[in-house]
Amino acid sequence: MKLLRVSSPHAHGPNSTQRVMQQVLLASLPGVFVLTVFFGFGTLVNILWAAVVALACESLALWLRKRPLGFYLGDCSALVTALLLGIALPPYAPWWLIAIGVASAILMAKHLYGGLGYNPFNPAMVGYVVLLISFPVQMTSWAPPRGLTENVPGLLDALRACFLPGQFDAITMATPLDVLRQNSGLMMDDLWAQAPQFGRWAGIGWEWANLAFLAGGLWLLYRRIFTWHAPVAFLASLALMAALFYDGGSSASGGSPLFHLLSGATMLGAFFIITDPVSSAVSVRGRLVFGALIGILVYLIRAWGNYPDAVAFAVLIANLCAPFIDHYTQPRTYGHRPPAREDA
Amino acid sequence: MRKLFDFHGGIHPPENKHQSLSEPIRPAGIPRELVLPLSQHTGAAAAPVVRPGEQVLKGQLLAAASSLVSAPVHAPTSGTVSAIEERPVPHPSGLSAPCIVLECDGEDRWVELPAPPADYRELEIPALLERIRDAGIAGMGGAGFPTAVKLTSGTHHHIDTLIINGPECEPYITADDSLMRERAADILEGVAVLRHILRPREVLIGLEDNKPEAIEALRHAIGDQPVEVVVFPTKYPSGGEKQLIEILTGRQVPSGGLPADIGIVCQNVGTAVAVRDAVVHGRPLISRITTVTGEAVARPGNFEVLLGTPMHYLLEQAGWDPTRSGRLVMGGPMMGFTVPHPEAPVIKTSNCLLVPTEKELPSPPPAQACIRCGLCAEACPASLLPQQLFWFARGKESEKLEQHNLFDCIECGACAWVCPSHIPLVQYYRAAKADIIQQRRDHEKAEHSRLRFEARQARLEREEAEREAKRAARKQAAEKRAQAAAAEGGEDPIQAAIARAQAKKAAQQQAPEASPEEKAAAARQAAQAKLAKMQKRLADARAAGEEDKIVTALEASVKKLEEKLASLEEPTA
Ligand code: SF4
Ligand code: SF4
Repeated sequence: MKLLRVSSPHAHGPNSTQRVMQQVLLASLPGVFVLTVFFGFGTLVNILWAAVVALACESLALWLRKRPLGFYLGDCSALVTALLLGIALPPYAPWWLIAIGVASAILMAKHLYGGLGYNPFNPAMVGYVVLLISFPVQMTSWAPPRGLTENVPGLLDALRACFLPGQFDAITMATPLDVLRQNSGLMMDDLWAQAPQFGRWAGIGWEWANLAFLAGGLWLLYRRIFTWHAPVAFLASLALMAALFYDGGSSASGGSPLFHLLSGATMLGAFFIITDPVSSAVSVRGRLVFGALIGILVYLIRAWGNYPDAVAFAVLIANLCAPFIDHYTQPRTYGHRPPAREDA
Repeated sequence: MRKLFDFHGGIHPPENKHQSLSEPIRPAGIPRELVLPLSQHTGAAAAPVVRPGEQVLKGQLLAAASSLVSAPVHAPTSGTVSAIEERPVPHPSGLSAPCIVLECDGEDRWVELPAPPADYRELEIPALLERIRDAGIAGMGGAGFPTAVKLTSGTHHHIDTLIINGPECEPYITADDSLMRERAADILEGVAVLRHILRPREVLIGLEDNKPEAIEALRHAIGDQPVEVVVFPTKYPSGGEKQLIEILTGRQVPSGGLPADIGIVCQNVGTAVAVRDAVVHGRPLISRITTVTGEAVARPGNFEVLLGTPMHYLLEQAGWDPTRSGRLVMGGPMMGFTVPHPEAPVIKTSNCLLVPTEKELPSPPPAQACIRCGLCAEACPASLLPQQLFWFARGKESEKLEQHNLFDCIECGACAWVCPSHIPLVQYYRAAKADIIQQRRDHEKAEHSRLRFEARQARLEREEAEREAKRAARKQAAEKRAQAAAAEGGEDPIQAAIARAQAKKAAQQQAPEASPEEKAAAARQAAQAKLAKMQKRLADARAAGEEDKIVTALEASVKKLEEKLASLEEPTA
């Protein structure tokens, strides 16, 4: 009689990549919900259309690379990329903009590098930056939140905005981050009072969206989908930078730490983007450095850069640094002194 | 309360231990035939001292230790040696190895054992170690290192802590647990012997907190002996020697070193009982406790098994249904290896036979890409970066692998267990380790043959030089003779004439060397001859399929000679 020969271990934990990705999708729901409440159905349409394009691109790439479709589509990673891009893009973006972004993300940033696991850059952020550089106008027009406009677009409007972009006149408004950047001469309190975009702690709508993503992120942490190191380091360093340059709320102030934590893509970035394992540093210490670096970069770009939000650029720069971070943060192996490095 | 330490990482796989704990230890009985591999331990195989056809009694020596790191094999029951031949053995390679096959007579008659000492404490330590060695004891937790060797190295160090390894952290296995429950007193007797040999400052028995009965039994058996039972939270792999040491002492065994280097000796509870049997009762190691479990057996449990019992016999004692399982694992689900032949025997290191159904332990799904999630690094008890090791292993980057401490991987499987992409990480590490070891060996061999080749070259040159020197000496002697003769020549014309003739001859002899042209021609000739010889050797080497290194070296020599020849020809051309 001949029995099977397989290598140990013979038992396996319940975890799977598919499960990880599905939980990430699930955890984004509160954030997406809040965005929809405040800014209408634009984000939802973005996500759905992005998902369709992402699956098509993924299938195309897999087919070209002669990989089994079902097996690789099953990891749901394309859907996560679509989700992140759909949320990051302005609501009511035209279909072609989204399609170009998703195609760059999936085809260029992911499959050109060899597919999932081999991409040095976060695909969604690559897609975002490609669009930002190529179509700055479309990328910087954000819808006004509920409360500042009477008619928040419904589902039909959103679909029309996406697929028949000529027939839809999107109302746009500067985001709170824009307002702050363009501020000249107003004390923080006055700015807060004058500009309608500001809410209790940060921008109207934005603050709640950020809190909702924070909640989703905490759930992911609780489910141990990722470790706390990168997000916490990121948020802490961003807050620290903001505190350093807060300047007591003067007209030269860069905004309060709380404002920065609850503005733009901060929480989305902290728990859904920089936690993308593929393109981040690998060790625990490495992830602390990685997160902190992103926090600093986000602040620098927000304060002195020329773009509506900084998370995408900051993440890409940090992706670039990840191999170096890895090299210098190799953990100490059992029974070893701190690892010897061949210093360059 | 003793301060406990934690080790990095670790996992909590389902324990599945209750299945095999419902009944006390059962004797497995005597099968028709026992198969005793000569190598059931780490180190050199034992050398048979019996011949086929010979009658043997229970406990009789069948094969003796063949070197310092080796262990003898004894007859587990009485019978006839029917063969000494290759049989399938439980080994990760799945290969066969030399075994002594014993036809059992069912009478189970003991050989007359040497009388045990009235009190072992009166024996010298070396004599005690001798007894342990002669009993054939090898680490029974799974590694199978000869116990006497470990203890001997312990006596060379100052040992402050003796650790008795009882966590048995692998799922399913309960052999040690049942031993501790049922034979705590025997364990303590063994521990007393070990204590006597090593004289440690303290003795700790380490256990996971999932074995309350065993803890109770041990505490009861200890009484007022200076032995402490230390209980810590259940976490795999707390039973790994290095991890256990860290939990109990907070110290780490240096990479590449031994626990004895930091004043610690670790022994498994099963080994302690074997030591007690050997020293107190004079009995060699001929049986062990083995867990038989998995859904493909109807009555899982722990068995006292004669070494050499074919696995299928043991499985049948537990109600094995071979149609329900396509896999037989020796050891636990995390670190055990599959045994392709159920006729392979139970050996000294067989702590568990696991026959899981496909539903129970499903075969892994196809591996997906590594998403670098880092879960593996979080789980790794050696604080390695398994995802990086995986990356380098696939790229066969040996240098990077060693730089990332591949050889500190204990192959515990925690990384593969948590990996969401189902990558068989450990398999990659094993292959990479084997590759690197092979590379090192090849390198050594090549180095060796290079040295041999160089030594040969040097010898040839030296011989040539010696011949040259002899020729020169002869010449000098001749000259001297000629001179001496010339000096005497004034008196004897005949002698003088002879001397003159000799001198002339000597001059003639000297002449060719003096003539540069002739010298060059001779050198050329010599070089040509050398070249021809070397070319022939090169051709031979190639034809014989010699190692690359030798061929390259020969090629280099040929080239050198060709160059030399060319340079010799140049001035005349
Ligand atoms: S657990 Fe698996 S997928 Fe995650 S980093 Fe490790 S090897 Fe890669
Ligand atoms: S098998 Fe090796 S790399 Fe994996 S967790 Fe265990 S020690 Fe770490």
